[in-house]
Amino acid sequence: MFAFTIRRLLASIPVLFFSTLLVFLLVASSVDPLEPLRAKNPPVPRTTLIAEGHRLGLDHPLLQRYWDWLTGLILHGNWGTPVQPAYHIADRLGTSFLVTFRLVIFSIICSLALAIGVGVLSAVRQYSKIDYAATSVGFLFLSLPTFWFAALLKAWAIQFNGAVRPDGPPIISTFGAASPNPPAGFFAQFGDDFGHILLPTITLSLISYASWSRFQRASMLEVLNSDYIRLARAKGLSRRRVLFRHALRNALMPLTTQVALDTAALLGGVVITETVFEWHGMGYMFIQAVQGYDLFPLLAWLLVAALLVIVFNLIADLLYAVLDPRIRLA
Amino acid sequence: MPDTTVTQQASPAPAAVEREFTVKVRTQREIVFHRYLEHRAAVASTVVLLLLILVAFLGPLFWTTPYATMTNDIQVSPSGAHPFGTDSNGYDLLSQVLHGTQRTLEIAVSVSLVSTTFGAVYGAIAGFYRGWVDTLMMRFADLVLTLPALVFAIIITDKFSGNTAGKWYFLALILIVLGWPACARVVRSQVLSLREKEFVEAARALGASDRRIIFRHILPNTIGSIFVIATLTVAGTVLVETALSFLGFGIKPPDTSLGLLVENGKTAIQDGYPWLFYIPGIFIVLIVLSINFIGDGLRDAFDPQQTRVRA
Amino acid sequence: MSDILNPSIEVEPFDGVNLLTVDNLTVDFPTADGVVHAVRGVSYRLRPGEVLGIVGESGSGKSVSSMAVMGLLPRTARINGSIKFRGEELLGLSERELMAVRGKKIAMIFQDPMTSLNPVYKVGFQLEEAVLAHNDISNADARKRALELLEVVGIPFPEKRIEQYPHEFSGGMRQRVVIAIAMANNPDVIIADEPTTALDVTVQAQVLEALRAAQRETGAAMVLITHDLGVVAGQADRVLVMYAGKPVEIGPVDDIYYKPRMPYTLGLLGSLPRLDSSRAERLTPIQGAPPSLLNLPPGCPFTPRCPMAQPVCSEREPDLTAVTGVGHEAACHFSGQLADKHAKDVFAGSADDAHIPAEFGAAADVPAEGPTTIVENAS
Repeated sequence: MFAFTIRRLLASIPVLFFSTLLVFLLVASSVDPLEPLRAKNPPVPRTTLIAEGHRLGLDHPLLQRYWDWLTGLILHGNWGTPVQPAYHIADRLGTSFLVTFRLVIFSIICSLALAIGVGVLSAVRQYSKIDYAATSVGFLFLSLPTFWFAALLKAWAIQFNGAVRPDGPPIISTFGAASPNPPAGFFAQFGDDFGHILLPTITLSLISYASWSRFQRASMLEVLNSDYIRLARAKGLSRRRVLFRHALRNALMPLTTQVALDTAALLGGVVITETVFEWHGMGYMFIQAVQGYDLFPLLAWLLVAALLVIVFNLIADLLYAVLDPRIRLA
Repeated sequence: MPDTTVTQQASPAPAAVEREFTVKVRTQREIVFHRYLEHRAAVASTVVLLLLILVAFLGPLFWTTPYATMTNDIQVSPSGAHPFGTDSNGYDLLSQVLHGTQRTLEIAVSVSLVSTTFGAVYGAIAGFYRGWVDTLMMRFADLVLTLPALVFAIIITDKFSGNTAGKWYFLALILIVLGWPACARVVRSQVLSLREKEFVEAARALGASDRRIIFRHILPNTIGSIFVIATLTVAGTVLVETALSFLGFGIKPPDTSLGLLVENGKTAIQDGYPWLFYIPGIFIVLIVLSINFIGDGLRDAFDPQQTRVRA
Repeated sequence: MSDILNPSIEVEPFDGVNLLTVDNLTVDFPTADGVVHAVRGVSYRLRPGEVLGIVGESGSGKSVSSMAVMGLLPRTARINGSIKFRGEELLGLSERELMAVRGKKIAMIFQDPMTSLNPVYKVGFQLEEAVLAHNDISNADARKRALELLEVVGIPFPEKRIEQYPHEFSGGMRQRVVIAIAMANNPDVIIADEPTTALDVTVQAQVLEALRAAQRETGAAMVLITHDLGVVAGQADRVLVMYAGKPVEIGPVDDIYYKPRMPYTLGLLGSLPRLDSSRAERLTPIQGAPPSLLNLPPGCPFTPRCPMAQPVCSEREPDLTAVTGVGHEAACHFSGQLADKHAKDVFAGSADDAHIPAEFGAAADVPAEGPTTIVENAS
């Protein structure tokens, strides 16, 4: 088990390296920090452009810039030069990550719990009304554009707030991760936090829930039709034991790896959700960096994203090895 | 039949009861087609989608109000002259929606066609040859796969500012480049198991070339998966493209897309013009939902283990 | 055996001679293309300690009828008829009541050992689970019992093996574990559904030996389902031959093998290659394929492949009627004509190479010894 982990870790390093190379080449050739200056009217003098280009290290060839950036980061902890000198990349990354992390974890827990429950129920009661209803709802959720649904929730919440408490603070907050003046007391604080996280969580969970519940249903169905489940029943075990001890244990295995892989893909959803609900997390940082043609914060952001993807892929592999003895002992 | 001492008639009289072959034989195509027709949601969705396509592409021939010309009717609710109402610039929403649907569908279909074709061939080659060819090819595909689509689309489209800003084929190209590995992986894993089957050995023993084996024997057996992936890619692309346009990184004015229309109308409900928000969104949902059902119907139709029992 | 298990509470000798009585069992499956009549009226009796072999091709209904006994058919199956165990009707019992029967009174062994065991649990766990489900004993006792069982079925180094996972066992060993699970609670009936079909011939012998050991130790009656006549010959007391969902012949094993009275049985015996023949003879295969159970035409389902078919065969399906001796019944309008007949008398040899003499493969006039494909006259 230990050797397996070490092997996978070591295998991830070249992947990370090539990933950063590809990302750097792609991004550095697409994003030009001097763009806003070039587009200014009246035009900015050439000397300013050259000076700015030099400050940001743009006057070197692409590969050298990559090397400089990589060595600067690994050896000196230097994240690069942002367009605005006051912008501290590492700090910004840290705070943004924490904000997003809170949202993502909460959302994953909610959608996972619901997806497993609904998926198992649908499989056990295949072709029943519950199954059809759950499947239809799942399809609907899969087809909803995240941004539209988020804006819809926002609009409804505003109307809801206006109807229930027209003169006070909103019950369901439509923007921001927290209130600027949070109420005192544990329950009040909790309620306020909950009011803020509710809508973004629903938005982010929607698509994950839909795809995971279908996945779980399919996985559960396959397991329920297997020979070893038939044998378990033939042994005279109770339905509950067969379902939870034998079937679910096997059916959850593919889902855990799927969840680990999908989590990295949530990034797109995070960008949209944070934009609509004005949370200042990773998504917000990303959009700001792109709009500001800010190369180095963008690179830092993408590095963290790539790291997350690789870490989650690794977790997926490890999880599978932990759960499936055939892989562990191979 | 070889002649044995059986007492059966050599040429059965027309009235003889068929005793051996009592179940009608169907070709693969017929089987798939009939199974598809049993999936009611898929059939209904096919109709809906065809209608949408017809309306979107042929509609402007009949509804000639231009979509990007200001009129004097500002923010009018749905009525005779403007069945979907107008927005803050007086643009007619119906023409905007028609045009936006066109644009969205053009992008989605072209992305799906190209990325699926390329991905399928790529995956088939990787899976067939295995060894270092496969490792190299799939490592590269995995690398592309680790780039989150929305994120990178945002970064790359920004480069194309200026004359090519928002020109839809560049957007489509970017989505193709980011989307092909998905199909490649699925086809590759199927090819890996198919190439071990006896019919491949048999074809080889008959002297078939690699190319012939891949394209004439193996790939046709993956057609089911490819169709399903192609369909779902259309749906996925619609969602990604509209999201990009919503955020301002996709289709830009004067061209329009359903995502852009949603962005324009995102505060419309509070402002009192709900149609500006609901209508484009509902169109997106309709398109994606029907495509998803069609994909599901195709998946069921191609799945050989499907035994839907009528109680 | 051991006394680890709780003593059976119902030790009363049951009234009546038959342990298991299946009476006119029918099973239908509604499908998209129509109703499939998988089992069309099966009846048999099983006595304590008796081995009944059920023989038939794929699709003859032999597995489905046994799954019906255990109540393991899908919910969509429509089952009619009667299955009585010790006089108690099994059809229509609730799931809870069936749970008490499965694994304890009637146990089942399935065909594919590679997929019969749960891959994520150790073999010991799965064995102990079977014991603990029906006995209120400690975990340590359950483990002792599991070790005992592994020894009976012939698994070497049971203390090591009990901690291993199924994928660390070979196919034959896995099947023996399945047999151990089946005999864990000393059942009265063991149903073995094609236990050796998925295995090599050399491994078959080991598994059959384990099956015999299981029967010896538990004293159980056995229903042995297979399409392999060789397997049945060595194990069974009585044989039931099934075709197209119905029994076509039933009787003591010797009667079936030496005095078959239904053309299908004859054909089956004739298509078996034998190692111990002294003359070179042709195999007599049965031409054609079994009918679809979806649209069965009227009359005897074997008619299109039967060399003795007459018009009456297409009109009326024959019932099982007594032939040679006690307990020997056959379903054929012309079973009387089959007395003293052998397969080659009824079926023609395979036609394509009919012009080549049968002795072509063996030296002329020298009795062939050793493994050549020859058919012997059963005398």
